[in-house]
Amino acid sequence: MKIITDYFKSLVLIELLKGLMLTGKYLFKKNVTVQYPEEKTPISPRFRGLHALRRYPNGEERCIACKLCEAVCPALAITIESEQREDGSRRTKRYDIDLTKCIFCGYCEESCPVDSIVETHIFEYHGEERSDLYMTKDKLLAVGDRYEKDIAANRAADAKFR
Amino acid sequence: MLEFIEQSLAWLPDGVVALVIIILKILAIIAPLMAAVAYLTLAERKIIGYMQVRIGPNRVGPWGLLQPVADGVKLMLKEIILPSSANRFLFILGPILTFAPALAAWSVMPFSDELVLADVNAGLLYILAITSMGVYGVIIAGWASNSKYAFLGALRSAAQIVSYEIAMGFAIVGVLLAGGSLNIGDIVNAQQGSLVHWFWLPLLPLFLVYFISGVAETNRSPFDVAEGESEIVAGFHVEYSAISFSIFYLAEYANMILIAMLAVLMFLGGWLSPFQGIPFLEDWFAWIPGIVWLLGKTAVFCFLYLWFRATFPRYRYDQIMRLGWKVFIPITIVWLMVVGGAVVAQLGPWFD
Repeated sequence: MKIITDYFKSLVLIELLKGLMLTGKYLFKKNVTVQYPEEKTPISPRFRGLHALRRYPNGEERCIACKLCEAVCPALAITIESEQREDGSRRTKRYDIDLTKCIFCGYCEESCPVDSIVETHIFEYHGEERSDLYMTKDKLLAVGDRYEKDIAANRAADAKFR
Repeated sequence: MLEFIEQSLAWLPDGVVALVIIILKILAIIAPLMAAVAYLTLAERKIIGYMQVRIGPNRVGPWGLLQPVADGVKLMLKEIILPSSANRFLFILGPILTFAPALAAWSVMPFSDELVLADVNAGLLYILAITSMGVYGVIIAGWASNSKYAFLGALRSAAQIVSYEIAMGFAIVGVLLAGGSLNIGDIVNAQQGSLVHWFWLPLLPLFLVYFISGVAETNRSPFDVAEGESEIVAGFHVEYSAISFSIFYLAEYANMILIAMLAVLMFLGGWLSPFQGIPFLEDWFAWIPGIVWLLGKTAVFCFLYLWFRATFPRYRYDQIMRLGWKVFIPITIVWLMVVGGAVVAQLGPWFD
């Protein structure tokens, strides 16, 4: 009996018509396309993009060269060398992040005791050669200085979940 | 219009005038056909895009309306690459042999009661014969490319086209029985009356078989194993580039429109108004010329092609063969007998 009903079902193309109805319905659904350069999707305050090193409001760099980020980095993308500054405080002599190694996991940001290394919401950057994607301390501080307002706003938005 | 051309060319010998007029008529068919093909490709991308809740091409011109032009220019400016181990003569001949029948078949297509280039009495037979020629182009292209994927695609395509031609031929035989003529114009006129007088109703199984075979015949999804981009790259035209590649596409889309229009002419009353025989409505829509109905119905079938492509996954090769040989041919043969009986019994309202 089942064979016969199956036979007639396939003969009147019922399943195919069901499929056609489904795609036909989707023809009139609203498109989900975001036309990227003109439109952008909203970004979470936790978005993990390009790295930055932050400063305190008085201009002093936050990083104390504890090297937690270097230790936690799963991709070994961070290289830190530290020294004692003239005033006796412990600071980094070298703070490099190789963006070609970085996997943007955000562990460095989480491990940082002074909120110094952060990941910003910037994801539209590029390099024309490898060295462009090798972030030195100067470059990272420059990013931090330039986007401090956005970074602080994102930290504030996310503060209650930390 | 025609008289004006005839008069202004009166100083030429009669034969030349006739030739010029025939060429002008051919152009009047081919030029709109090529435009339709171009915009069918855009419609395909747009409609499939919308069915996949995305937008489709929208960068060239408003709503992407100039996209076919951009595609055409790009394909024309590109280099035609001849594979070093290809058979040069046949490699060039392949696209021509695919394209020429696709256009030649249009010569007997009636667009309305009078609008027909060649009012051949054996019109349907001519179309059946000419469209079968297209398979040569595919085989030659696949063989001349000297590439295993092209060859596989050509073999699949040839086997598929040949098997579905039989089911399609039988479906057309049913139309002959019902219409009592091989002339397409006469077949349409035999459907005069109303919506239910059209042949889709008495020939419903043949109608479905015809259109599905038509989809298979043009190697369109879900029967596109000949192209099979996920298994054999692009099938018989992998090695083709630039304009020789686009000619295959032009032929494919021209064939799609041809099959769609044939389906309309044979089963859905061609240029006859769907409101025929209905009081009031018939008079209200009487001012619409028949060609509008014909093109409108054809557009619906072209849309069906795109709808199928957006919906169905590709058939497996043995399933295609099973469907063609074990399902369609028996169905058509059985229904031919039914139609034959109905014609003998002069069953109304179609065969009286």
